[in-house]
Amino acid sequence: MKHTFSVQVENKFGVLARIAGLFAARGFNIESLAVSPTNDPSVSNMTIVVNAPDERILEQIKKQLNKLVDTIKVQDLTGENFIDRELVLVKVAVNPKTRPQILEIAQTLEAKIDEAATKDLTLEVVGDQNKIHTLLELLKPFEIKEIVRTGRIAMSRH
Amino acid sequence: MKMTGAKILIESLRREGVEDIFGFPGGSVLPVFDALYDASLNLILVRHEQGAAHAADGYARATGKPGVCIATSGPGASNLVTGIATAYMDSIPMIAITGQVKTHLIGNDAFQEADVTGITRSITKHNYLVKDVRELAQTIKNSFHLAQSGRPGPVLIDLPVDVTLAETEFHYPKTHDLRGYKPTLSGHPGQVKKAANLIEQSKRPIIYAGGGVILSGASAELKKLAEKTSIPVTTTLLGLGCFPETHELSLRMLGMHGTVYANHAIMDSDLIIAVGARFDDRVTGRLDAFAPGAKIIHIDIDPSAISKNVKVDIPIVGDARDILLQLNKIVKKPRIKPWLDKVKTWKKKYPLGFKDDNKLRPQYVVEQIYKLTAGKAIITTEVGQNQMWAAQFYKYTKPRTYISSGGLGTMGYGFPAAIGAQVGKPKDIVCDIAGDGSIQMNIQELATAVTQKLPIKIAILNNSYLGMVRQWQELFYNKRYSHTFLKNPDFVKIAEAYGACGIRIERKSEVEKAIKKALGVKDKPVILDFIVEKEENVFPMVPAGEAINRMIGGMA
Ligand SMILES: Cc1ncc(C[n+]2csc(CCOP(=O)(O)OP(=O)(O)O)c2C)c(N)n1
Ligand SMILES: [Mg+2]
Repeated sequence: MKHTFSVQVENKFGVLARIAGLFAARGFNIESLAVSPTNDPSVSNMTIVVNAPDERILEQIKKQLNKLVDTIKVQDLTGENFIDRELVLVKVAVNPKTRPQILEIAQTLEAKIDEAATKDLTLEVVGDQNKIHTLLELLKPFEIKEIVRTGRIAMSRH
Repeated sequence: MKMTGAKILIESLRREGVEDIFGFPGGSVLPVFDALYDASLNLILVRHEQGAAHAADGYARATGKPGVCIATSGPGASNLVTGIATAYMDSIPMIAITGQVKTHLIGNDAFQEADVTGITRSITKHNYLVKDVRELAQTIKNSFHLAQSGRPGPVLIDLPVDVTLAETEFHYPKTHDLRGYKPTLSGHPGQVKKAANLIEQSKRPIIYAGGGVILSGASAELKKLAEKTSIPVTTTLLGLGCFPETHELSLRMLGMHGTVYANHAIMDSDLIIAVGARFDDRVTGRLDAFAPGAKIIHIDIDPSAISKNVKVDIPIVGDARDILLQLNKIVKKPRIKPWLDKVKTWKKKYPLGFKDDNKLRPQYVVEQIYKLTAGKAIITTEVGQNQMWAAQFYKYTKPRTYISSGGLGTMGYGFPAAIGAQVGKPKDIVCDIAGDGSIQMNIQELATAVTQKLPIKIAILNNSYLGMVRQWQELFYNKRYSHTFLKNPDFVKIAEAYGACGIRIERKSEVEKAIKKALGVKDKPVILDFIVEKEENVFPMVPAGEAINRMIGGMA
């Protein structure tokens, strides 16, 4: 099952390596990771999405994250009421026939469009996981040339 | 007053109560060694940095104070690595100080550069690269706090040369500034209450005590709990000495080479009270067959140790001593007479033993060391059969008297650890029970021990084999002794060449006299080269992956 953690850490060099190392040493893949400073310049926030095969491993991940000296706070947002967003850039190849179809998808999903190139369109979509999922489903029939995602950022609603 | 980084380091160590440091110099620690030249700190010069790390570790285990070691950048630092990992696996408080190339050269593959904070990230509790001399004092304060508090462990401080040369005002901070680090020390009273209830209702309880009891200084409380409830106590290898093995409630060590009665007792128990132990695979054997009828109370300071290997019914996170103090106030004695009778029967039926004939057997040697030191020595061990016989045939009655690399199982640990122990405990008898293989991994430290006039006894159980590996080859690989026979040097001559004393013992009848002679040597190390039976095995034994009551060779 996918789990979303929001982790506050010291804003220092080496902290990211410690977090990454903790997962790597146990052979877990991090699905996405977004790091940024917060309103307190000495604190960074990390949103980490992982696929935990079972509860016991998940417990270990949480405990190990907490155990790091540079960790200030760990929140497991999964199952909580939280807000999450991701920004996705998708470059799709277009021809005169598919161009209006893509533009329609873009409009439905309130995507911004970068039309600088002629042979393709780049869509910029911001949304929660549902919206991103819908976008990628809708674009499946078309020729996607490149996708870049920021990874999820998330915040508890409490 | 302005001070250089090197002086700040020395002064901060002094403020932390450090008296002895184990180390070896080199280019990037020259400023520190220069400051040591006229400092009151006692630097023990080792002959290999691995020796410094193990000595600091042995010092910490023997005294309870953090051990300090220092090495230069690059190869000096990488030579510390095994010693740091050894301390990490056994939760030993240690401060490792390494030199580093100048800050502006870091990352350039400079001469003697190694990314030491990277290399040691997963084998330290925490580590620091100090890039600004103004952060040095606070970093040292934090390091000592981290190393000793919560679940202890090694902390490494990497110091670039320019940082130790730079000057700043020195104020030693009163406290750490680690906002994210708050180990739970006090056990939750509600959980303690639940544990007390479970204990009172139990029919077949057992206390399973580990190294955490020693680290927390909880031996007296543990004894009180056992005596108040009459619950028998078994310990892990690292827990040896936390409960007197001469006590009638002692079941001695459990696990792969534990006593048959300890293993039967834990397997048949209906309640395990685990204190400062982590259900290591050498203890539990086959996990899905481990103590099937037992509920588990787990007292541990590290939340991540709880429910890691076995499912725990009542976790109590906190310092063992604090929790046992609380528990002892409310716990009531369960009615367990039939259980105690059963345990007694096992104890009678399956004592530890060996074939005590005319041959010179390693177990006999250990037993004689026990007798002739009146059980009062600090024993360090190497790894292998020697380590297990030292656990089985010496009875430990006090904490910090059995010093051994349990978690990592590091050959070459015992002798440098004995150096550390002897430096920290100059009045005690310190004896390394060694194997002929292991001793050769850090034998160069004889020079250190001779220079320091340390009267360490090194009892080599010389079986001309990497014995423990040979034992596995005998039992599980059809006696195909692939690369385990050792053609050894003359250890007596080696001792003499270093200026130590060497004694060879080839007959059982010579053992007592030789040990007595060694105990009489007060100003230099002694090698006792016991030429023992070559193919003796450590029994009882649980084959890997078996349930721990499926032991082989259990009956003497
Ligand atoms: C550094 C290291 N390398 C390899 C091993 C694997 N190992 C475990 S016990 C052992 C044999 C030790 O031989 P010796 O010191 O003679 O002790 P004995 O078992 O004969 O008492 C070996 C090679 C180890 N524990 N540590
Ligand atoms: Mg041997």
